[in-house]
Amino acid sequence: MNVIKKALSELKVGEKGKVVKVASKGTVRRRIMEMGIITGTEILVKGFAPLGDPMELGIKGYSLSLRKAEAADIIVELI
Amino acid sequence: MSITNMKEKEIVLSIAGNPNCGKTVLFNSLTGARQHVGNWPGVTVEKKEGSLVSENKQIKVIDLPGTYSLGAYSEDEAVARDYILFEKPDVVVNVIDATNIERNLYLTCQLLEMGAKVIIALNMYDEAKSKRIEIDLRKMATLLGVPVMPTVATKNQGLEELVQQAIKTSSLNENKSFVIKYGSDFEEAISLLQTEIMKETELMKVGSSRWLAIKFLEGDQTIRGIFEKSVASTQLEKLRNSLVKKLETLWGDDIEAIFAERRYGYISGIVKESVRRHLSAEEKQSITDKIDKVITNRFLGIPIFFLAMWAIFQFTFTLGNPMADGIEVFVGWLGKIINVGLHAAGAPELFNSLIVDGIIGGVGSVIVFMPNIFLLFFAISLLEDSGYMARAAYITDRFMHTLGLHGKSFIPMIIGFGCNVPGILATRTLENKRDRLITILINPLMSCSARLPVYILFTGAFFSANQGLVIFALYILGIVLAIGMGVIFKKLVFKGETSHFVMELPPYRVPTLKSTFIHMWDRGSSFIRKAGTIIIAVVILVWVLSSLPAGVEYASKGSLLGHIGTLIAPVFKPAGFGTWEASVALLFGIVAKEVVVGTLGTVYGAGEEGLSAMIAKTWTPLSAFSFMVMTLIYIPCIAAIGAIKRETNSWGWTVFAIVYSLVLGWVMSVIVYQIGSILGFA
Repeated sequence: MNVIKKALSELKVGEKGKVVKVASKGTVRRRIMEMGIITGTEILVKGFAPLGDPMELGIKGYSLSLRKAEAADIIVELI
Repeated sequence: MSITNMKEKEIVLSIAGNPNCGKTVLFNSLTGARQHVGNWPGVTVEKKEGSLVSENKQIKVIDLPGTYSLGAYSEDEAVARDYILFEKPDVVVNVIDATNIERNLYLTCQLLEMGAKVIIALNMYDEAKSKRIEIDLRKMATLLGVPVMPTVATKNQGLEELVQQAIKTSSLNENKSFVIKYGSDFEEAISLLQTEIMKETELMKVGSSRWLAIKFLEGDQTIRGIFEKSVASTQLEKLRNSLVKKLETLWGDDIEAIFAERRYGYISGIVKESVRRHLSAEEKQSITDKIDKVITNRFLGIPIFFLAMWAIFQFTFTLGNPMADGIEVFVGWLGKIINVGLHAAGAPELFNSLIVDGIIGGVGSVIVFMPNIFLLFFAISLLEDSGYMARAAYITDRFMHTLGLHGKSFIPMIIGFGCNVPGILATRTLENKRDRLITILINPLMSCSARLPVYILFTGAFFSANQGLVIFALYILGIVLAIGMGVIFKKLVFKGETSHFVMELPPYRVPTLKSTFIHMWDRGSSFIRKAGTIIIAVVILVWVLSSLPAGVEYASKGSLLGHIGTLIAPVFKPAGFGTWEASVALLFGIVAKEVVVGTLGTVYGAGEEGLSAMIAKTWTPLSAFSFMVMTLIYIPCIAAIGAIKRETNSWGWTVFAIVYSLVLGWVMSVIVYQIGSILGFA
């Protein structure tokens, strides 16, 4: 089975990823997990801000924005 | 059942929930006008208290800060958690956004694990209905073990039943031993820790042994800190370390992550059984998504944003200026009448002057800005409640981040161009303490509208050909300094903390006029109350200094203020305005920046019309420019100082803000004058 793993920040608009690992470090890690980004969560990339950053994500029925630098530490498999 | 006695104890009801779940609307609906806003002691978090009477019972309502979790990592979370843990409110109403149940339940689990007496207000129930989300209330209540009451706070629906149920719950005994089973190996680890914890009476005072065990195992910093102080700390740490190592190796992830996963796993189980979403209706773009396609559009997003900012200022000044003028007229009239009245009553001249010149005149010059301040608060509330504020932060973050600031700082800074007071108060949305403090400190460098009359006077006298350009240059200077000082503060004063931009984009909602008004009124009136004392104190002080020694002409060279002015004037010589008149004007400007103009009129003995000519005679273009630079930078007006004190809840930072701006102002105006002189502009 071919599983493509990417950093969340590499996904394009409209793509969906399933979280494989939350590799974030520091205080942001806890925050990210509290907001529902944990292993197994499905994330939809809804868009990017006009200046290219941050990105808007659809998670568990709500919208969350993250800087690309923060999303880079979230590894997902493309679904 | 016991016999009810005549004097019953007040029931304490606290409200907890995520941000954007309608908690505040619920609080306002329950307490109406009977509320009071203050600060939690020692921190910069806002505390809202109110009261309500139901079924002949007196209920005190406390609105806890909105939080996503109770991990005690931010001041908001710490305040909420400490309150529930140590003050032990009689009931905790957990407000949940019915369109976003999964994530909201994360906080619920934490509340339940703490042993709080919880009832759930499933708010925005109407929105869930329209999104065709079906919720089995009874099932959910059974699974969670607490009552689940549907509410629509904006329409006052379900509130009576909510309060009735809250009263019932409050009379129950504590600790309904809610348990999330974390899996057999975790449960084993937890009970091992529990056994050790139960031996320590000191620790058992903090919370239940299971909760403490879970938090300790999880690595909660506050709990670990408490455990460190315990007698058994070394054994506990050792036990924890070995347990954590075992579990982390077994599951291949760190302990925090595993706990979060287990909780969400439990939550998703509950949601599966009690909530049915019709995904086709939802994954299809919601109205919010459609609107966002325009608002955060790559090409339209930024222009729309600037349009929105412009609209705010237009709105504020079109409505506010006439009101401000009206107030000015009224204050003038009031002063005249009281003056005549006091004369007729034969009151001593000094007393007359205190009332008329001092209090009415002084306070009047600050009040004149109230309409604009309140209107800006109204605009801010509208932006927040509608959901646009989050988009503004989202759109501007990349730009702000390169400057070392945060997207959420943008709007407070922009508002500062209107008035620094609401700008400073708007920094409340910044979660990171450091970002918030820095934004507060640099906000006064955004040239507020009160400084404009000073610019207009001097540019009119000397730069009439290039008035707009020179004024624009001053604004740009303010912005450049704000960014520069922001960078400096970040590097020197607050090291180490990084801020993040993990931010929810709530659905767009139409704010009710009523709740927006309440927000505006809350902020405005609590500000007046807090800053009011400082303002009156300074106003009276200035009056005293202007009127003594007895018999001296008000604010003339011979008055105490004039003496002070003469004393400090040499300090400003290198800046090109080392006259006592300029110094006195600057001193008065501390009350309110636009008072500088009126003061110059007084000290030069000229009316508004003759002042310009007077200035042209006694000043030079370069000294005028450096004076304007000084006005731009030096000390925020007392209203702003009051706002800084209120938001930082610290005299230390307030004094720092005053001192650094004085120093910076002096330095910059001296630089401007000296360089200008060298370049031959003198």
